[in-house]
Amino acid sequence: MASNPMYQFNVYRIGPEIKLGSVDISFTNASLFMVISSLAILIIFNLGAKKKTLIPDKLQLLSELSYSFVAKMISDTAGSKAKPYFSFIFSLFMFVLFCNMFGMIPYAFTVTSHIIVTFVLAAFIFIGVTIIGFIKHGLGYLKLFVPSGVPMVLLPLIVVIEIISYLSRPISLSVRLFANMMAGHTMMKVFGGFVISLGIVGGWLPLSFSVALTGLEILVAFLQAYVFAILTCIYLNDALNLHH
Amino acid sequence: MLKKIVILLFVTCFACLNTVFAAESGGMPQLNPEFWISQIFWLIITFGILFTILTKVILPKISDNLETRKSQILENIETADKQKEESQKKIDEYEKIILESKLKAKSYFNEAREKILDDINKKRAALEKDLDEEISEVEKELSDLKNKSGEKINKIAAETSAELIKELIGEDVNSSSIAAIVEDQSKINKVRKDV
Repeated sequence: MASNPMYQFNVYRIGPEIKLGSVDISFTNASLFMVISSLAILIIFNLGAKKKTLIPDKLQLLSELSYSFVAKMISDTAGSKAKPYFSFIFSLFMFVLFCNMFGMIPYAFTVTSHIIVTFVLAAFIFIGVTIIGFIKHGLGYLKLFVPSGVPMVLLPLIVVIEIISYLSRPISLSVRLFANMMAGHTMMKVFGGFVISLGIVGGWLPLSFSVALTGLEILVAFLQAYVFAILTCIYLNDALNLHH
Repeated sequence: MLKKIVILLFVTCFACLNTVFAAESGGMPQLNPEFWISQIFWLIITFGILFTILTKVILPKISDNLETRKSQILENIETADKQKEESQKKIDEYEKIILESKLKAKSYFNEAREKILDDINKKRAALEKDLDEEISEVEKELSDLKNKSGEKINKIAAETSAELIKELIGEDVNSSSIAAIVEDQSKINKVRKDV
């Protein structure tokens, strides 16, 4: 039968065991792909930013298009006040996108398919956004939990719901990305296994499924990075422009 | 055919679910906390470095590039507009010059024509005058000749007839009588001719 489809998510040590006190911080395959993704981003965008020509070449065009894409996304969702956070959202979007895309290469490891990675990112965003909100509005930021135009009777219930929904943001943000990546890669592995086990006679159906799934997964890889970035923008918008 | 495909699909889905559940029993490696700290550590390091370099080095360059391109394009458009205006001015000037020169050419042409016409008229008048003079002269000469010729012919006729008579008779005849006879004869001739 097909090999375990969850095997691809195994993390293992590369090189020697590194210990910081009693904590194991060894370099693993996950770390390797984080480094590869970051390096790829840095190389591509550095090459794209190097030349100053009026008519951009391909890499320059790529980097400038992504720059204006993210800039437009931020200004559309969070307004002009969010400009100082552009570089963070840009790095976040690129990091998630490249990790997702590198995961699509066969035998590669998908960094974002691990809940701990996405959760750390989401928690960082959550804490950062909350701090920004309190700095900008002081205790007035708590008005976020009190929507205007709600009858006094319903208010306690609504406030509780709002608080729960606010606190569940990092969980929903991280689980969305992690679950999408894991499910997609598991499916691909399963169908890939069926191609082998059904052989030359029946293997064509799962093979065609596999091909279609690959296209879908590339779309999902982009889409989830986009969703991750745009949700960050929306949370940031809540913190910067208090509407309630 | 369709039935076969549907059945095959069902079988595949079933088998797929089976494998997934079988895998689930092995547990998700994501929930194994063995390397959590390591992952967090390396995530912070890689993302931190990525963020720092992008913020400090690369993104300013890209935004700089975009800005300079924007300003350069705006500048180019401005200069293009200026040049367009200039060329429009030049075209206007050129058209003005052409119009003026056309008018000038017309006036020159008219002047020249008038001059030539004047000249022609003068010359024609002079020529006509000359011709008139010559004609009148010739007419005078002709009339003179006409008047003189009658007398001369009569004289010659009288002389020749006097000589003829001398030869024939051997005697001199009064020349005045001969002249009278010749005159009468010529008159008769003239009357005959007129008739």
